[in-house]
Amino acid sequence: MRDRAWILIGLGAFLLLLTSPLWWNMRARAGLKGPDLVLPADQKDCVMPARYMNSSHMQVLLEWRDEVVRQDLHRFTAYDGKVYDMRLSGTCLSCHEKAKFCDRCHDYVGVKTPYCWDCHVDPALTRPVLARRSPQ
Amino acid sequence: MKISRKQFLKLTGASLLTFSGGKLWSALAYAGQAVTHPVQLVRGKQWAMLIDTRKCAEHPDCTRCIEACDKAHNIPSIKDLAHEVKWVWTEPFENVFPFEQTRFMPAGLKEKPVMVLCNHCDNPPCVRVCPTGATWKREEDGIVMMDWHRCIGCRYCMAGCPYGSRSFNWVDPRTGLGELNPTFPTRTKGVVEKCTFCPERLARGEAPACVQACQAGALLFGDLNDPASAIRTQLETQRTIRRRPELGTGPNVYYVI
Repeated sequence: MRDRAWILIGLGAFLLLLTSPLWWNMRARAGLKGPDLVLPADQKDCVMPARYMNSSHMQVLLEWRDEVVRQDLHRFTAYDGKVYDMRLSGTCLSCHEKAKFCDRCHDYVGVKTPYCWDCHVDPALTRPVLARRSPQ
Repeated sequence: MKISRKQFLKLTGASLLTFSGGKLWSALAYAGQAVTHPVQLVRGKQWAMLIDTRKCAEHPDCTRCIEACDKAHNIPSIKDLAHEVKWVWTEPFENVFPFEQTRFMPAGLKEKPVMVLCNHCDNPPCVRVCPTGATWKREEDGIVMMDWHRCIGCRYCMAGCPYGSRSFNWVDPRTGLGELNPTFPTRTKGVVEKCTFCPERLARGEAPACVQACQAGALLFGDLNDPASAIRTQLETQRTIRRRPELGTGPNVYYVI
């Protein structure tokens, strides 16, 4: 029983490591609350019901992409009869703010930001932001 | 059941013939025939452009078409000539029409700047060589279109294009952009790009950005398959030339010199 202290220290460290995600989250203030999304103030409906967009916006965007680029179709009739232009920057970001909507949720769920924004322009993007990109 | 070696070989041979006989037959039957590329049938429109270099020459310092295109499509201005990206630009006559020269040419014609862009060919070599279908000829209006989502940056199309109409993004294009136009995406490093005849504007019933910007009336845009179009009338009433038609690409950009 001379090693009791070492065993207890080791056990403690192991438990700390095992529960580290909990501490980590507590430190990052991420709770069960979910991401703090800023929803458009003047719009109630999206191009699809919110629940569907929540789970399948990527499919919608892929379909829009293929229809615009490959089939030269530009108008989208929503489930409620409203007609939208199929444009990511022009339509989606005219209501949503990328930094306070797209990015916050993607950060929260730990989904790497897709490469949409390598090309598609966030209208909120300003020159100082661009200037920080390292020249290659 | 016992099977002898001879029987086994017979059985194998017979089954091979059964399953691959059809393929073998068709391979042998078509072996001698040359691969031909059928002439494309007229299906819809064929957008084309007529560039009147005489009218261009009246305004030697005008770069409106180039500026309008650069702005509309977020084309970066990159100082390094090896990395530059161009959709619409000018080249000296002698480079644009290398086989239209004689020893005795009007003074200044060799150096005369001529506007160049993608020719939206009838038989585009860039489309034939693209391994991913990222560039294709639209059947409905003849535009040689690009899908930058699908481009893998292999640059076969650049090697295939005899006009040098395509540029490769060697660097992040956003570093060379003064002001971003949010209505059109930029491209990303490792993607090829070129003039697309502005399909996003055509879809709204507008002329391409360069044509709309030209105030000298030097650029005429229209449908070659419409006999009543202005471009057809112009092509039928004056002599025009195209770049390297002998290559069989069928360029759809015409020039009046």
